[in-house]
Amino acid sequence: MTQATGDLLTVENLNVEFDTYGGIVQAVRGVDFSVAAGETLAIVGESGCGKSVTVQSMMGLIPMPPGRITQGSARLRGQEILGQSRIDGREIRGAQIGMIFQDPMTALNPTMTIGDQIAEPLQVHKGMSRAEAAREAIRLLEVTRIPEAATRAKQYPFEFSGGMLQRAMIAMAIACKPEILIADEPTTALDVTIQAQILDLLQDLQRETGMAIVLITHDLGVVARMADSVAVMYAGKVVERGSVDDIFYRSAHPYTLGLKAAMPSNDPTLKQSLQPIEGSPPDLFSPPPGCGYAPRCPHAMKVCQQQQPPETSLSSTETNRPHGSHCWLHEADSPFKPAELHFIENDSAVEQGAAS
Amino acid sequence: MSDSTMKPNKPTPLVEARGLTRFFDVGRGRRVHAVDNVSLTVGEREIVGLVGESGSGKSTFGKTLLGLHDKTAGEVLFRGETLPAKYRSVDYQRLAGNMQMIFQDPYSSLNPRMTVGEIVAEGLRLHAGVSNAMARERVAEWLGRVGLQPDHMSRYPHEFSGGQRQRIGIARALILEPDFVVCDEPISALDVSVQAQVINLLGELKESMGLTLLFIAHDLSMVRYVSDRMAVMYLGSLVEIGRADALYFDPKHPYTEVLIGSNPEPDPELERSRPSTAIQGEIPSPVNVPAGCRFANRCPKVMEVCKTVTPQLIKLKDLDREVACHLYD
Repeated sequence: MTQATGDLLTVENLNVEFDTYGGIVQAVRGVDFSVAAGETLAIVGESGCGKSVTVQSMMGLIPMPPGRITQGSARLRGQEILGQSRIDGREIRGAQIGMIFQDPMTALNPTMTIGDQIAEPLQVHKGMSRAEAAREAIRLLEVTRIPEAATRAKQYPFEFSGGMLQRAMIAMAIACKPEILIADEPTTALDVTIQAQILDLLQDLQRETGMAIVLITHDLGVVARMADSVAVMYAGKVVERGSVDDIFYRSAHPYTLGLKAAMPSNDPTLKQSLQPIEGSPPDLFSPPPGCGYAPRCPHAMKVCQQQQPPETSLSSTETNRPHGSHCWLHEADSPFKPAELHFIENDSAVEQGAAS
Repeated sequence: MSDSTMKPNKPTPLVEARGLTRFFDVGRGRRVHAVDNVSLTVGEREIVGLVGESGSGKSTFGKTLLGLHDKTAGEVLFRGETLPAKYRSVDYQRLAGNMQMIFQDPYSSLNPRMTVGEIVAEGLRLHAGVSNAMARERVAEWLGRVGLQPDHMSRYPHEFSGGQRQRIGIARALILEPDFVVCDEPISALDVSVQAQVINLLGELKESMGLTLLFIAHDLSMVRYVSDRMAVMYLGSLVEIGRADALYFDPKHPYTEVLIGSNPEPDPELERSRPSTAIQGEIPSPVNVPAGCRFANRCPKVMEVCKTVTPQLIKLKDLDREVACHLYD
């Protein structure tokens, strides 16, 4: 798919596999997405769908071997960032792209003070002196709203609560004013009131600095709260992408529809039963030749088992966020049209252009 | 089981906690006030959802209710009978058939060295005196009822996915046909699409067996969906109890309001229109429980009285609701 101008990060046809004792796992199988400056892209999917591997491979965090990027490109402002050596990659990792992780307790170094850990990238990337970096670390802790920042900077990770550690990790990730912050399940380990604090903080920082956020999550509530655009992943592929409104209110892919039906509705007037997606995701040791979702899809046809569906462009509400879905049902001669799927599962009439 | 205590109009409480308290001594004279004076009634065939953040004491409450922890104070009644404060093995023997538990983590709660058949049959062997060989038929039946195959019996837990392991945990708990089951975060470790499978399975079994459930979870939307009534815990105390829908859409306690307001809903338009309800601060340590209302230091509506006087649960007029908050004095 051609990219709109102004995209900050463009990932095309990314393929990542791992050697294991059981054989080769094809964890990421041709992922495309793009992020515009200042926006939040949510990559959403269940465990094992390849969402974390996708961003880790961009950050050079995949251990190789056993991992391998077999194909694809990831360009930051047109500059290729995949396949760089550890040294060259450092300029990008940490400086232009910051990253925060799900479990701050294991992501931080338990033997270094919080202040030293935040100061480290400033000394490496910005050439600051120890004293300058230490002062800046305290300022960053204040920016991430840690009370008594100067005292806290001298403490070790075990002296921090989970929410405070996540703030410290955010302080470290934004230390070099990155253009993109990758947040891999940043609130999954946190309680809901602390999650709300961290999500508010990320949004405020984005407003102040204009950085783009790539948010990896499995929680559709967090997606609805944070995202401008969404990429839905299943079995190592992006199956649907578009603006947050297109994904939630004009969902086109049967997997996206299935996820929504599997969650309790927040409408007090109806208490309809949950519709689980039967079965479990395919084995990525030998991914199916056709659509990865076909074995669980209530609308699966013969072609779905045999061939990969191409991406179909659907009408979108936001011109700079194209809405696309990988499903054979969008083809002209399929028994259902996406619009009909909406009648069946969304209960809301939406016209969809089904041209590919 | 006798149903002689059944009264015509009011459903009999199946399980009742009265002032249930569980402290843990953690050395140097310090005590964790994990569960402090909690009273809660679960009616016959009712599902009560118990929500709260980590460290609120909800799991400890569930375990103390079942006798898996000794009671520091208070009592638990089952069909009107007071259960012992400290269980001995004969008590487990006698009560295991009535009260069971489904655990959160389907990975650590199944013994990796036992086959699925042995795991599911263990309760029958220990509490009903059935030999493993004789239990085969019942195990096969139960594996079928939870959506697995009878021939899975000879396999080991590591051969199953998280959702399948949770089904094994459900079969193990329900094979003794208990009346009351504590489900401690039964779906938290599972993916969304699999959560619905497990919830629907629990719902079907609840209907067919007439189960009574205490459903402990932190996923507020799911608890509202599953439960008849909902109870909210904060730092070892109950702050609010009521009908699940009413409590979710019209919370009365400031903490409940914050908790529900912080729960992001899968609806972008709703999320854009909602004001930010994030509150400052974190749940205090249960070792140094603050005087007065435990939520006072984070409460957006805090008053002077809250810092000194502990609010008691009071019933709100015209509402099937109990709230522990001085705003309603």
